[in-house]
Amino acid sequence: MKSLTEIQTDLNQKFPGIAVTIDGTSLVILKENWIKVATFLKTEPEHAFDYLSSVTGTDYKEYLEVAYHLYSVSKQHGPLAIKVRTDMEKSIVPSVTPLWRSAEFQEREAYDLLGIYFEGHPDLRRILMWEGFQYHPLRKDYVQDDQDRPVEQF
Amino acid sequence: MFFGFGVLKGMTVTFKNFVLSYFSKERLTTVQYPEERLPEKERFRNFPFLIYDNKPEDLRCVSCDICAKECPPKCITIVRDSDEAGKPLKRPKVFDIDFSICMNCGICEEVCPFDAIFMDHEFELAEYGRFEDLNYHKDDLLKSNEYFAKIRPHDAAEVDARLAEKAKKEAAAKTVAPPAVPPQPPQPQQN
Amino acid sequence: MDYALKNSETLETQTLEVNLGPQHPSTHGVFQMNVILEGETIVRLKPVMGYLHRNHEKLAENMSYLGSMPFTDRLDYICSMTNNFAYATAVEKMANMEVPERAQYIRIIMAELTRLVNHTLLIGFLLNDLGAFFTPVLYAFREREKILDLFEAVAGSRMMCNYFRFGGLKVDVTGDFIPHVRQIINNYPKFLDEFEELLSENEILMARCQNVGIISKDLAINAGLSGPMLRATGVPYDVRKIDHYSIYDRFKFRVPIGEKGDVYDRYYIRILEMRESIKILDQAIKEIPEGEFISKTGAVAAKTPRNFKLPKGDAYSRIEAPKGELGFYLVSDGTTKPYRYHVRAPSFINLTVLEDMCLGYKVADAIINLGSIDIVLGEVDR
Repeated sequence: MKSLTEIQTDLNQKFPGIAVTIDGTSLVILKENWIKVATFLKTEPEHAFDYLSSVTGTDYKEYLEVAYHLYSVSKQHGPLAIKVRTDMEKSIVPSVTPLWRSAEFQEREAYDLLGIYFEGHPDLRRILMWEGFQYHPLRKDYVQDDQDRPVEQF
Repeated sequence: MFFGFGVLKGMTVTFKNFVLSYFSKERLTTVQYPEERLPEKERFRNFPFLIYDNKPEDLRCVSCDICAKECPPKCITIVRDSDEAGKPLKRPKVFDIDFSICMNCGICEEVCPFDAIFMDHEFELAEYGRFEDLNYHKDDLLKSNEYFAKIRPHDAAEVDARLAEKAKKEAAAKTVAPPAVPPQPPQPQQN
Repeated sequence: MDYALKNSETLETQTLEVNLGPQHPSTHGVFQMNVILEGETIVRLKPVMGYLHRNHEKLAENMSYLGSMPFTDRLDYICSMTNNFAYATAVEKMANMEVPERAQYIRIIMAELTRLVNHTLLIGFLLNDLGAFFTPVLYAFREREKILDLFEAVAGSRMMCNYFRFGGLKVDVTGDFIPHVRQIINNYPKFLDEFEELLSENEILMARCQNVGIISKDLAINAGLSGPMLRATGVPYDVRKIDHYSIYDRFKFRVPIGEKGDVYDRYYIRILEMRESIKILDQAIKEIPEGEFISKTGAVAAKTPRNFKLPKGDAYSRIEAPKGELGFYLVSDGTTKPYRYHVRAPSFINLTVLEDMCLGYKVADAIINLGSIDIVLGEVDR
């Protein structure tokens, strides 16, 4: 697998002008460019990332972030970690379900537990909590009611 | 072969098992509990218990609260004892474990720095009251060191060796330090 | 005389919506499938899950790193050792901890024994779904009990073992561990031969399982399937051989691949995988060295978990659990508690293709398809 800087150069060559930054061991891509970059990474024969292993949403308190981990079955390399950020009020991220079907249930889970709305998902509704549940439990400001014993912090 | 041969092959297996179960013990594995019991394994962990050395008042727990903080489902409640003047003592006044919450993970035994809490083997503990009877207090949890050595001989021997080592080191440290000599008052000079 | 109906609009058919509801003996837990039927043929199928959701990921954010180890036992509650293995691997990757040799060997022995446990139980319950009421289950359980007795003798508990720690294991194995494993390995091939003789050429099994629930290779890779489901379609992808985690490189074993991707292939691959696991166990027992069972930093972390901090950053690591690819994604902000803890559960993602497999088949085939995916609700719902 090419290193992160090489993938960054490839992306800058193919789509001149997009802002791709490296944060630790992962690439950070803006959500407007995400579908273009994802299609490029999947179809380009040198990268051929055809296996989406995991989609995770995280709540950093100023922004929400979705982390994707991609592998390649045909070339047997990976992982490539990609992060896409969005803000807290209008949290919309384009959905990659048309490209990789394994995102179908995982994006529904990120919507259910964190409130990230995936645009273009065929069937976005709650998956783990019941229909009609109002809040998003994994957010940091979610307050659990009905606890008979306070959780001790040390 | 003919159609249905696979089914007949399977039936010979069941027939063989049925006939052999009258003759060989490993084909018939049912244990008639409670008349027969399987032998207890030494490391089997069920609910915890507190340990004392000679008398129930000499319990090893000093109420440091580490097991209560590390317990993942938070089932231990400890209140430290204090004497008449209000000074805190190294003893728990209240030590409650709620057995309906405890999940038998064994982390309290692992993190205790004073070897005061261990996992027991008792599992026939059914009660009638759901909330009040399953909340065990300090007196129900205290068991002696001899009981510990009976149910878990290897671990008890190891813990005893470790505690004896620690006691010997402390006694040696006390005798090596020289007794403090008071300074001599200056002799009046005869001039 | 012509009795044909002149006006065919008076005869209308409707689809029927059936709830293969959460309380059902064949759904392997509390799992619901909303099925729309045309006669007896399935037209739409929607899985509904979440009845066992315990929000494990939020609980871990309030707990030290060691404190969520007993909770990982309860994710895939049949194979608790591999869940512990995946979590310990993820934390060790972030903390750059070394694991001593003896601990690595014992970890692999426990992981392969868990694979045997899981596959025997699955084949037993798949046959239960087919209608062979409990005979294969009890044959499988008779062998499985011996392995569970071994787990109890070493770790303290049959199912919720809580045995792995960061940097090694909780305690060393007992003196009679190796002879006990040797005895299990000697008897297992005979049991597998008897099991295969009972089941593999059974005409009823073959007629009901072959050509049912076929998945193509491209759909399998696109949908993120993993484990025996992916290999049954013909894709040679096994995380043990690709990621080279732990010391699997030292053992010689093969990875069985299927051809068609139907239910019969998934059943047969699991039998072959059990035979390969026995080979790994055989080699591991011969080569196991003496030594430490936990590294120094790991021993400190196990005794005082309140002081164990991970450096800032994030990491994703995966292992080959018996059900598929089990991954943990951890984000740490430098304190003693994880900032984000996510479990990539294989059963959850393998359920994506349930609808594709069942369209056009009958209701009884839907039950078998669900049984062959090998789901455990503790993992699907977390």
